Amino acid sequence: MLELKNIAKRVGAETHIHPTSLEFKPGSFNILLGTTLAGKTTLMQLMAGLEKPTAGEIWFGGVDVTGVAVQKRNVSMVYQQFINYPNMSVYDNIASPLRVGGVDSAEIKRRVGAMAELMRISAMLDRRPSELSGGQQQRTAMARALVKDSDLILLDEPLANLDFKLREELRDELPKLFGTRECVVVYATTEPTEALLFGGVTAALHEGRVADFGPTGDVYRQPATLTGAQVFSEPPINTVKVNKSGDRVSADGNVNWAAPADLPDGDYIVGIRAHHIVPVETPGSVPIDGTIKIAELSGSESMVHFDAFGSDWVSLSHGVHPFDAGAAATLYADMSACFYFTPDGKLVRSGETGGGR
Amino acid sequence: MNKTVNQKAWFLVLPVLLLVAFNAIVPLMTVVNYSVQETFGNNVFFWAGISWFEDVLRSPRFHDALGRQLTFTFTILLIEVPLGVIIALAMPRKGIWVSVCLVLMAMPLLIPWNVVGAMWNIFALPEIGLLGKTLNAIGFDYNYTRQTGDAWFTLILMDVWHWTSLVVLLAYAGLVSIPDAYYQAAKIDGASSWAIFRYIQLPKMKRVLTIAILLRFMDSFNIYTEPSVLTGGGPGNSTTLLSIDLVKIALGQFDLGPAAAMSLIYFLVILLMSWIFYTVMTRDEANQ
Repeated sequence: MLELKNIAKRVGAETHIHPTSLEFKPGSFNILLGTTLAGKTTLMQLMAGLEKPTAGEIWFGGVDVTGVAVQKRNVSMVYQQFINYPNMSVYDNIASPLRVGGVDSAEIKRRVGAMAELMRISAMLDRRPSELSGGQQQRTAMARALVKDSDLILLDEPLANLDFKLREELRDELPKLFGTRECVVVYATTEPTEALLFGGVTAALHEGRVADFGPTGDVYRQPATLTGAQVFSEPPINTVKVNKSGDRVSADGNVNWAAPADLPDGDYIVGIRAHHIVPVETPGSVPIDGTIKIAELSGSESMVHFDAFGSDWVSLSHGVHPFDAGAAATLYADMSACFYFTPDGKLVRSGETGGGR
Repeated sequence: MNKTVNQKAWFLVLPVLLLVAFNAIVPLMTVVNYSVQETFGNNVFFWAGISWFEDVLRSPRFHDALGRQLTFTFTILLIEVPLGVIIALAMPRKGIWVSVCLVLMAMPLLIPWNVVGAMWNIFALPEIGLLGKTLNAIGFDYNYTRQTGDAWFTLILMDVWHWTSLVVLLAYAGLVSIPDAYYQAAKIDGASSWAIFRYIQLPKMKRVLTIAILLRFMDSFNIYTEPSVLTGGGPGNSTTLLSIDLVKIALGQFDLGPAAAMSLIYFLVILLMSWIFYTVMTRDEANQ
């Protein structure tokens, strides 16, 4: 088990990681979700031991490893860039951690062969990394990370530099690779969809703080904080300040809808994901009148940015719904699916499941 | 499918063609013209065929100058390339000292070549120069104007001082372009600093080092100003490199024919050796 106990990282006057405590279980797949500069890479470097925390302790398997050098911990890391030794063959690249570890050559041969099989690069073992495609280079880097039995495997946006097709392919294979291992896997990504696909446990990071931590589905459907919901929404979640009194919820008198019965009176921030605002009226939906700013139509989805009573809204819907920029339009929000947060951003009620977590 | 034929595009190449013609092809052809003729002045020329080339290729004087040239070039390459890489490795990667180091490194490159020659000429004088006087004071019998070994020592030291910076700057550019992740990956693997150099830094610097070696090779083969100001080719002919010999023949003795023939051979030698260098150094990539 990997435990971060109140670790913090400051560089000069800048705080990169605010005091953070997290626990990762052996055999678990953990996701660090956050935008660029959220602190994902720094947190991973702290876990690996490449950086020392300025405060707090890191424990692994019940032992304090805070001051232990990276090469003495049993860690592997895969990076966004395809990091391989440039003038070694793919075989030698994959074998390199085993050679440093003093494994005998018959065993190296067996393990490299098996790993290459698993990564589907058996035919490329004699080549140099520069002769491979990006996907194959990253497969080599992953093989290098997985070939030794690390206790901790860190993957720092490993698919970000790959094109869409390769990314989907590797994304499908990844969870299978770790299936039987007893190690802690930590995977950093900027994409909420990727987190949802992998499942496991997600830590939503924002500006060096953990906004939410828990099973991925729970973090998505019942985000503990507004920040967590914002990190876990793509396109961005719509927010609006509302007031609930009696049986109505009203957004500054512009629109109002029936309040959920279990919600106490008071001020709230409502968060509603883009796919719950659509151009077609559904039973019980709340009409929002606005002005279209941008309409992005892909083959099967329409994303519409519009302006309504002074704030920006995003709608994401199935099918093609043409809109002209600048035109007035009415979109329909399914407020039964929205989140209610307190004004300081704590979840009070989740529309997807009812209640909090 | 029919391609659209539009020959007008050739006009776009014309400016470059004219430029190259005037600064390379025309002068080269003039030299070719001289190399096959004999003249006794008054602009009267006689056909000489390839006799000048035969003369030059057979002359011991040319062989000696070529030998000295090769010795000089390979000596400075053997010193400047490893030294440049070592300095580049020792330079800081971030912080304010980066610019300080870069400016200091670039300094020798900014000094005009004849000034470099004059500087070292005075610097190394045994009676008044700082270097010359110091060497004599600590017991070396040093006099670069009289002793061949001393002249070579000074010449090579001057070139190393003047040009190692170029290798440093190129190697440094290669080094800083290596993403941090490579070093982290090596650290996780527990690689030694020698292994990091051997398997990460050196392969990643290969391209810029190829350029550095080619540039230093060509420049040192063409070198004229600095040795000419420093030693003038002496003592005797001991530091007369190819270019110095060429100027002696062409302008000192006014032997236009042999000088032209020698220029062409000189040019072909550089061309051939650069090609060999390049082919050998990039052979790995070509094989793949």
